[in-house]
Amino acid sequence: MNNRRADVRGHAEGDERFAAVDTHIRKTRHSQDQLIQTLHVAQDIFGHLSHDLMAHVATELRLPPSTVYSVATFYHLFRLDPPGEHQCTVCTGTACFVKGSESIVGKLSAEYGLAPGQTTDDGRLTLRTARCLGSCGLAPVTVLDGRIQAHQTPEGTLEQVGRMLDPHALLPEPADEIAPDDGRRAV
Amino acid sequence: MAGPIDLNEAAERELQARSSRSCRIKVCCSTACLSAGSGATRKAVEDALRARGRDRDCTVVPTGCMGPCSLGPLVRVEPREGPSELYRSVGEADAERIVAAHLDDGPAAGDLALDERLPFFTSQRRVVLANAGRIDPDRIEDYIAEGGYRALEHVLHRMSPSEVIDVVKASGLRGRGGAGFPTGSKWALLAAADSPQKFVIANGDEGDPGAYMDRTVMEDDPHRVLEGLAIAAYATGARQGYIYVRAEYPRAVERLERAIRAARRYRLLGRGILGADFTFPVEIRIGAGAFVCGEETALIASVEGRRGNPSLRPPYPTERGLFGQPSMINNVETLANLPTVILEGPESFRSVGTQTSPGTKVFALAGDLRTTGLIEVPMGITLRRIVEEIGGGVPEGRSFKAAQTGGPSGGCIPARHLDTPVDYESLRSLGSIMGSGGLIVMDDTARMPQVARFFMEFCREESCGKCVPCRVGTVQLYGLLDRICQGRGRPEDLELLSELCTVVRDTSLCGLGQSSPNPVTSTLRYFPQEYLDLVRTREVDRA
Repeated sequence: MNNRRADVRGHAEGDERFAAVDTHIRKTRHSQDQLIQTLHVAQDIFGHLSHDLMAHVATELRLPPSTVYSVATFYHLFRLDPPGEHQCTVCTGTACFVKGSESIVGKLSAEYGLAPGQTTDDGRLTLRTARCLGSCGLAPVTVLDGRIQAHQTPEGTLEQVGRMLDPHALLPEPADEIAPDDGRRAV
Repeated sequence: MAGPIDLNEAAERELQARSSRSCRIKVCCSTACLSAGSGATRKAVEDALRARGRDRDCTVVPTGCMGPCSLGPLVRVEPREGPSELYRSVGEADAERIVAAHLDDGPAAGDLALDERLPFFTSQRRVVLANAGRIDPDRIEDYIAEGGYRALEHVLHRMSPSEVIDVVKASGLRGRGGAGFPTGSKWALLAAADSPQKFVIANGDEGDPGAYMDRTVMEDDPHRVLEGLAIAAYATGARQGYIYVRAEYPRAVERLERAIRAARRYRLLGRGILGADFTFPVEIRIGAGAFVCGEETALIASVEGRRGNPSLRPPYPTERGLFGQPSMINNVETLANLPTVILEGPESFRSVGTQTSPGTKVFALAGDLRTTGLIEVPMGITLRRIVEEIGGGVPEGRSFKAAQTGGPSGGCIPARHLDTPVDYESLRSLGSIMGSGGLIVMDDTARMPQVARFFMEFCREESCGKCVPCRVGTVQLYGLLDRICQGRGRPEDLELLSELCTVVRDTSLCGLGQSSPNPVTSTLRYFPQEYLDLVRTREVDRA
């Protein structure tokens, strides 16, 4: 049966990205216990899991679409909506909470009119919160487009997000990510 | 295919290669140091060596976590002769200065030197983290040179599976994931299961916010986890292994993948391991963000590609687990202890720690302390020593209020219990738990009802929704706490709060629900005044 599927079929509409998803599915022999791993691959390629994409995965793994949907919605990391152009994630783990991450989220939410998980109407910024990035020694921590930023303040993060969205804007020079005094205080 | 690897020869070759170089400069490239800029530091060190034409003679080794994460980037210079030196907060510019001090006899960079005689270092005892910050985790040769895979070789050639289980039982090793179940007994249960197919699974789904011990072990010494897992498989008769890692830890996944490939190449995993009749392939499974998947039955569901809903035990996974077959889940820190348990023997392992909790425990020390980072301490050490000696105490002008252990399943321990020894039973008697090892210190500015609300919000979001007490209970508990925190609570709310805590604890299906009230009950127990003040203000307002 697998032989018939050996050709790269992709998607009826000719979107080649589906072929990349199919390659993973074939490599893992259409095995249903690979659903989560397959959805990871699909999301990496497409940026989010559209209904069309989930239906495609369901067909290929011979699972009911409801199963795929239920798994995709169970886990926090799967996104059903396309993410914004830029990402700002604020860690709300315990160490960051103790060091005031709530006020960072509050400041960003107010400035951009976003609740965590939402994207601005122009699709430029997605605000997220994360449950501990495991960099507790650097709390509070944010991640801007994949780069971890240590020892954040509400104002500092706001400024950095502004610069991320508009790198050419005339903004004051960035302060050091970690103020030397802070890093070198006595043990 | 080549014959099995000769570990002695491989180690000898690696040590010889090392001794031909005059100096090794280790740069911490763990997440914390990288975000403090150690990538640039590493490049600056390499540039400084190249500029002197010494880049062949001195090796730059990217290592895992060296410990005091708040002082990064950390650099350790190890000359072939003479003592090594540890430096903190090494920026790009400082790298040149340090290289000059060691290679050109320039002025010593004493202002950056970190004294390793400080209690932060001397109060620790590194077993699980023995190699963290000392080896390049991407090189299997480094691990072998430090004695890696010798324990596996020893059990394969010199011990029967039941002898291995006896040693683990005798060592008194207990599960480091939080519950503290005796590891040897768990192994014996799987070994006794009669089935042609059995599985062992390493639990690397470290979901507690404020904890990163397991990530560090997987990132900094991935082979130690693999070796521990292979020993577990040999002892229990499992012939397939999985490592379940949080998707939030991409670097750990990458390191483990590389480690598995290297181990297979050397025939330390896969078929005919070390020339013995033992086959053990290992696969990685990546989670997708669900705290409940740390619970073993939920983890099994997730490895099978399903929603991470826990199921009722019994049957325990050792009877019916992954794909319906007998399976065993061990935390990665537990597994990382095994090579030491085997090589040094159970007596030596028991010589550290307490009678009921032998060995060491890794903690992620965070919060309002002078020095935060990753530490490994003997069990039985007092919280006071961890907070005051290792963490350097709460920064000036503030005072210690509480230490939180066990994450959302744990509790807050007030100052008057600081002299409690850290072991499974003592922490439980204080209404907290050992947990996986998050230890967050809060100073007097922390408001405990808000802390309880923070954890309840977490549990509410992470509740899988399968059983009613947890799904509905956490929502109601959060609502009550929120009302109280906003000063809209009524005095009778406190009674309702404790009553609801009891119900959720006693009737939830899995550990997540059962332990979710802990942060509330422990703060109610030790800081009742703060709750009373909040509901009383409301009474005053009404009057």
